[in-house]
Amino acid sequence: MANAAEFLQEDLADGGQILRLSGSFTIALIGDIDGRLRDLSADVRKIDLSAVEHMDTVGAWLVHRTAKTSGAEIVGAGKDASRLLQAVSGADQTDIPPRPHPPSFERFLAEVGHSVIISFTTLLQFLGFVGQVVKACFILAMNPGRFRWHAVVQHFDMVGVRALGIIGLMSFLIGIVIAQQGAVQLRQFGAEVFTINLIGRLTFRELGILMTAIMVAGRSGSAFAAQIGTMKITEEIDAMRTIGVVPAEALVVPRVIAAVMMMPLLGVYASLMAIIGGGLLCWIVLEIPPATFVQRLREVTPMTDFWIGMIKAPVFGAIIAMAGCFQGMQVRGNAEQVGLKTTAAVVQAIFLVIVLDAFFAIFFSEIGWN
Amino acid sequence: MDQPNIISVQGLCNSFGEQIIHQDLNLEVRRGEILGVVGGSGTGKSVLMRSIIGLQEPVAGKIRVFDEGMIGKEEDEASDVRRRWGVLFQGGALFSTLTVAENVQVPLREFYPDFSKALLDEIAHYKIYLSGLPADAAHKFPSELSGGMRKRAGLARALAIDPELLFLDEPTAGLDPISAANFDNLTRDLKETLGLTVFLITHDLDTLYAICDRVAVIADKKVIAVGAIEELLAIDHPWINEYFSGPRGRAARRGHDKHNNPQPHLHQPGRS
Repeated sequence: MANAAEFLQEDLADGGQILRLSGSFTIALIGDIDGRLRDLSADVRKIDLSAVEHMDTVGAWLVHRTAKTSGAEIVGAGKDASRLLQAVSGADQTDIPPRPHPPSFERFLAEVGHSVIISFTTLLQFLGFVGQVVKACFILAMNPGRFRWHAVVQHFDMVGVRALGIIGLMSFLIGIVIAQQGAVQLRQFGAEVFTINLIGRLTFRELGILMTAIMVAGRSGSAFAAQIGTMKITEEIDAMRTIGVVPAEALVVPRVIAAVMMMPLLGVYASLMAIIGGGLLCWIVLEIPPATFVQRLREVTPMTDFWIGMIKAPVFGAIIAMAGCFQGMQVRGNAEQVGLKTTAAVVQAIFLVIVLDAFFAIFFSEIGWN
Repeated sequence: MDQPNIISVQGLCNSFGEQIIHQDLNLEVRRGEILGVVGGSGTGKSVLMRSIIGLQEPVAGKIRVFDEGMIGKEEDEASDVRRRWGVLFQGGALFSTLTVAENVQVPLREFYPDFSKALLDEIAHYKIYLSGLPADAAHKFPSELSGGMRKRAGLARALAIDPELLFLDEPTAGLDPISAANFDNLTRDLKETLGLTVFLITHDLDTLYAICDRVAVIADKKVIAVGAIEELLAIDHPWINEYFSGPRGRAARRGHDKHNNPQPHLHQPGRS
């Protein structure tokens, strides 16, 4: 095994010192030599390499750096060592410009300004994106031959059919929770029977659709962003453009249509599952038989509740799909961006859905659909 | 040194499902040589490299690198071998969230955690210089580099820990001829300066003629011939004949001869 790198300082006759290096000046055996050479304070005039057994570029760099900072002369370098020294010495001529590092106050201001600009440009770009999608819809309506039915059906499957299991289970459990909490609270007033009102009105009007929207945003909105973002990185979208395929037509419209059409269906399904869950709890805990439950449900739940849900669902679907596709299109550069934009798509979609839901709630109350 | 063959592959078999890639493939790479590996598309050149560096589990066979068996080794095993090799992947495979300088420092930090920040910066600096990148590329992210620069940055990272063995997967593919020639010269210089052994997968005939000491030809699921190009030319195999004696092969050979013997015509009587 080779010896570790080592050096000795010796005084020269005419003043100054000579460094006598020995052992292997290679990356694996360099040990603490770097720090010790840096800390040298003596006036080094010469560096003797004649006892060095083996050298690689790291060793050569250390010798070169020491020689340069102290102005010492290198002696006793063999053929390989001189070649290595020559190779690394070129790196001096090109100094790395230091990375710009402004003071933290300036950086803070710059970051605030940067985010404001980003927010506004993103808003503008989103409007532009919505415009593109609407335009693409019109063009497709004029030329139905260009419409990609196959893609739409595929997305029906992804957004709708494959979500049935998880959305059904989630809604069923939420129905149980609503019924259970309602029963506990209403029992204090002896009004357990109103649990049915709570289940019927809440699921059709609000929770069925809202929970479905959140689940679809998490399942499909994120998938849209990731799919389109990856296609962006692998230049598939650029390839489409050069062939004359409009990405908004080929990628965005099928996804938006699939989400718009699947959301109401999933919403109804989720509401039904929640009612089944709630009914089951009423039957077991409150001892209300299913027939009575259904009859009472029909009496207390107005048809408008159903229509409110059906009006909201396609709007939510469109928002989720648009946010997902838009964020996917925003991906630039590297793989990390795909993750960031996917997260942004889900957060944005859920936020917009809840804001709009609040708006719808007030709107429908005002027009008298109580 | 300790052994003449740095890599030895014996009886290697690889298959993906029904499709057999390698059957009973043997190959040896000697210390200090540049071994070029050629073969048609889909003959399993990259799979061979991936098997050697432990990314692909072969169905059968023995692979020894620096006299250590590599089959079935996990990422955290065989670190003595891993710190002696560097790998350049086809697309550079740079870590996209790190700058070029940070990319170069990743293997250094992994294998030599005691190095000071200042030394890491200095090493990254001269490696970037050695790989032929401009100094201001150090703080750029891979997405800000061109394809050729990404390859050079990948080479800088592969060379970070002063490896004895370098794997290059199509280093000159996609480069312009000038960059490709520079890359060839760089590889040869590094080999001579650092005493590297290079395992080089390539389609580039100019590279083969310019820098390879020996060439291994993969066809029919095995290495059908290994040797200097002159020796390969003497072999009668349809793929080898077509490869080296096709129009591109002949052009590369002419270019090589001209390069070595700049005025061949003057010695031929009756041509002026």
